[in-house]
Amino acid sequence: MTSLATVAAQGADLVAPAAPDGVFSLVWLLIALPLAGAAILLVVGRRADRWGHLLGTLMPVASFIIALVMFAQLLGRPDEQRSVVQHLYDWMVVGTFRIPIAFQLDQLSMTFVLLITGVGSLIHIYSIGYMRGDPGRVRFFGELNLFVAAMLLLVLADNYLLLYFGWEGVGLASYLLIGFWFAKPVAAVAGNKAFVMNRVGDMGMSIAVMLLFVTFGAVGFGDVFAAVPQADETTLTWIGLALLFGACAKSAQFPLQAWLLDAMEGPTPVSALIHAATMVTAGVYLVARSNPIFDAAPAAATAVVVVGAITLLMGAIIGCAKDDIKKSLAGSTMSQIGYMVLAAGLGPVGYAFALFHLLTHGFFKATLFLGAGSVMHGMRDEVDMRRYGALRTVMMLTFVGFGAAYLAILGIPPFSGFFSKDKIIEAAFSQGIVIGLVTLVGAGITAFYMTRMIIMTFFGKARWDDDQHPHESPPVMTVPILVLALASTVGGIALAWNSSIESWLAPVVGFSEPHLAIPNWGLSLITLVVVLVGAFLGWAQYGRAPVPVTAPRGAWPTRAARADLYGDALNESLFMRPGQWLTRVLVFVENRLVDGLVNGTAATIGGISGRTRRWQTGFVRSYALSMLGGVVLVGATFLLVRL
Amino acid sequence: MSALLAADLAPFPVPSIEYSAISPLIAIFGAAVLGVLVEALLPRTARRPVQLVLTFGALAVAFGLVIWQRDTRATVLEGAVTIDGPTLFLQGTIIALAFVAALVMAERRVDVAGDDFAPRASALPGSDYERDLTRLGWLQTEVWPLLLFSIGGMVLFPASGDLLTMFIALEVLSLPLYLLTGMARRRRLLSQEASLKYFVLGAFSSALFLYGVALLYGFAGTVSLSGIAEALTDDAQQYGLVLGGTALVAIGLLFKIGASPFHQWTPDVYQGAPTSVTGFMAACTKVAAFGALLKVLFVALGGVRWDWAPMLWVIAVLTMVVGSIVAITQTDMKRMLAYSAVAQAGFVLVGVVAASPDGMAGTLVYLVAYGFASVGAFAVVTLVRDATGEATHLSQWAGLGKRSPLVAGVFALFLLAFAGIPLTSGFIGKFAVFTAGVASGAVALVVIAVVASAIAAFFYIRVILLMFFHDPAPDGPAVVVPSSMTTIAIAVTVAVTIVVGVIPQPLLALISDAGVFVR
Repeated sequence: MTSLATVAAQGADLVAPAAPDGVFSLVWLLIALPLAGAAILLVVGRRADRWGHLLGTLMPVASFIIALVMFAQLLGRPDEQRSVVQHLYDWMVVGTFRIPIAFQLDQLSMTFVLLITGVGSLIHIYSIGYMRGDPGRVRFFGELNLFVAAMLLLVLADNYLLLYFGWEGVGLASYLLIGFWFAKPVAAVAGNKAFVMNRVGDMGMSIAVMLLFVTFGAVGFGDVFAAVPQADETTLTWIGLALLFGACAKSAQFPLQAWLLDAMEGPTPVSALIHAATMVTAGVYLVARSNPIFDAAPAAATAVVVVGAITLLMGAIIGCAKDDIKKSLAGSTMSQIGYMVLAAGLGPVGYAFALFHLLTHGFFKATLFLGAGSVMHGMRDEVDMRRYGALRTVMMLTFVGFGAAYLAILGIPPFSGFFSKDKIIEAAFSQGIVIGLVTLVGAGITAFYMTRMIIMTFFGKARWDDDQHPHESPPVMTVPILVLALASTVGGIALAWNSSIESWLAPVVGFSEPHLAIPNWGLSLITLVVVLVGAFLGWAQYGRAPVPVTAPRGAWPTRAARADLYGDALNESLFMRPGQWLTRVLVFVENRLVDGLVNGTAATIGGISGRTRRWQTGFVRSYALSMLGGVVLVGATFLLVRL
Repeated sequence: MSALLAADLAPFPVPSIEYSAISPLIAIFGAAVLGVLVEALLPRTARRPVQLVLTFGALAVAFGLVIWQRDTRATVLEGAVTIDGPTLFLQGTIIALAFVAALVMAERRVDVAGDDFAPRASALPGSDYERDLTRLGWLQTEVWPLLLFSIGGMVLFPASGDLLTMFIALEVLSLPLYLLTGMARRRRLLSQEASLKYFVLGAFSSALFLYGVALLYGFAGTVSLSGIAEALTDDAQQYGLVLGGTALVAIGLLFKIGASPFHQWTPDVYQGAPTSVTGFMAACTKVAAFGALLKVLFVALGGVRWDWAPMLWVIAVLTMVVGSIVAITQTDMKRMLAYSAVAQAGFVLVGVVAASPDGMAGTLVYLVAYGFASVGAFAVVTLVRDATGEATHLSQWAGLGKRSPLVAGVFALFLLAFAGIPLTSGFIGKFAVFTAGVASGAVALVVIAVVASAIAAFFYIRVILLMFFHDPAPDGPAVVVPSSMTTIAIAVTVAVTIVVGVIPQPLLALISDAGVFVR
């Protein structure tokens, strides 16, 4: 606790990074291994059918082992030597402006590296079983490796521009993986949607990078954060908002959340990887990494909290109404990431807990997705929960794993979610009663939809067709589930023990103890009661009476939630329709209007009415007229400037 | 009597000619003149090899001479030509791009009938005469001297020290292009129509340019760029002439750049011209015209930058928006690339609007990145063919990635570079011009540019999607295996696109060493 006290109630101190000696000279290898795997597998292709999946699994496992060694070394060092920067080469040097290719390994990125490679490795192992027999298995492993490499680049970058590369790489890899079964039109459309919405977010990122460059003349984390105290608050607010916009797209936060629900079209291990270990956590990482900027720009931080709060409730409500098990889990991810974003927006009271929840969520959400995948594997890819039921007897191991993750996401002590979510609720109440209530209500709804899910899947009467023969998955799939379930069970208490996660992260993100009007155990008790009420309501609605196989029409809130709370409709009316309209107008002007003008004039002057056969779109005279229009335009701007 | 004459006439000054400084020009124009003689004197069968040796030899020598002259900073030929760092950089870029583009033009294997040009431009399209010539395997070798004259004009364009030289360079580079546009072997009517359109509109823009020159002469009493700059510093009168002249000169150059609303010839001409010529035009003309624009604006008209910057701001926005949005609806590959070229011109203009040394450096980086990717992209277009020639309809490209993963992969790389995806050269270009734009205070313009590039990315990615994620049509086109000419051209452009993306430092250092224009 002494190390905690020294940095209490203030931002992180900036310490000079240590040199990359010993095992830390291998930081680049963390990224290079999966990247090499991706390159080999994508180039060799089907010729690697026999061994491709093994190589693809070996790469992240090797990275994970290196990461573990590094982690052990870092633990043995004092706080101020735990940040290591490995400089490879200068990518761009313009005057005093330098962009190096350099990696920064500190407590924050170490945490992410362990999560990405650890959970990522388990998902790779699981995929060996899940993708058995798929003709594109080698391509699948190549793309998974690419995904892991891009995500590692994102969290290991030591400057915003390199981070942006990883950011784009993650977007590209997710696009490839979501559209993996591109022969299915829905999958191709879903991949496109994810890509387009992520590009929209990338605009925010690229504007943020340019603003950073102009404001600070640098994009390195160290340089930028050192200069933040001298910067103007308005500029910082804009930078913060642009970063948040980028984070919203990657982390599926309101208003750029719509792609995540469709992204379920990819193979289930991809969903697990996107939701648990990579991609959606990138936004939280970005906000946490940029903590000096958000600490200095309260307005931007408030925007982060608001976005998190809205998404938290939205995701939970959507999760209640979906019958597709993966989509329900997707709603849950939105909601849980909302918790993290909200916590990150709270400032030093929240950063550590946001990351704590990110870790526990990584464990239990990966378990839930892999469990759902295992159910689907035994049910011939059926995803409708109304056609499940009573699976606990036939899929014992999957049920045990899923059940542990269920208790963890609800936050039942001593499962991991209890420790992390409880802390976020505490931090939220310490900053404001409204935000606190949002997190509390969210916990109740979470309990409701998760209870609904587990009852519909594993309890009640069997509702599957007679020709279904559900069976347990092979050990290569169940073992990863059980390992992750174990982590979901004990991960929370292990990390919360003696405040170890807070003191580990405090040097990077800062930490201050939340102060509440009531004792902490009191709030924990209230939270637990709310969760139990939510779970009871779920049981009351789905456990007591048999679940109908066809969904009832439902009241309007149910229908709204089924329609993703009209997220798509909103996007369409706000962006797509005006975009289409603008396109039509421009094309019309290009092809018709100018011609029409000319023809009209020509008809009045010379009576030429017959339009000659047109080879292409236009006549030279109409082009010339448009040029003349341009001359007038140029003249007008000159006059306007002079006036 | 003779004494009287001698007294009346001032001694005629003998112009000094610094041959070394203009040696790249001499090499190119000299080879062009020799090429004309080759056409007149050599037997038909011997012409092509000799022309190829002349063309590639002249370009290689000229490139070497540019490198030899790399430290020259001089005003030569009585002020008609100025050679300085940026000029030499532009000249080198143009020559290198032209060399690669000429390799594609020399390709003779992809089309069973011969090269990319009509067997004889004078033969009526579809006539028996044309058919006979095709059967006999005739080739129109005049394209080579035409190409050299055009390149010479381009190399002179950004080196011009006065507006009249610039005008002559403009005409020297344009006239051969009008001809080359009309000489496609396939779809000749389309080609000839494009040629005529290009010529008429080009003449219109030349007239505007010349009128602008006249107005600036009226103001400054000189056509020399440095003279105009001087007149601007000490005379606040008669701004009407300056502004009118600036506007019209800029319009003449913006036409060549393909900026909106002076862009409408681009889709027609890019589509109609032989594809190898399109690649040459798209890359080299743009570099030369941007070079000339930078020179006029920075050297002569720097004093009225607060007048022309807002005008270019408007043009840049219009160009980016029109280019990237209209490209979405195109169904022909060459037309799509044409609108893409319009959008790219808009992005480059962001660097010009910045009106700073950084902006100029960014513009040069962008031109290199775009130029090579562009030549490469059009070279790939020449390879995808069916029985009637190039298969340019977008639907014909469906599933290309499954038939020829290598060619489709290369094309995808160029598209990603156009879209500005990191680790390709296009990203470096966009980053350079956008940061220069933000640094000069044009934040709104850069935000629009970022939005436009996101829209543009959409149609580039859509083509990649089409190539890799769609099933090929049963009677779809095939990818022809080219000779080493096109293979080398594509390999070079791929290499530049990747190397500049991954290790941009040498290029950036070269540009920063080039410094700024001299007066």
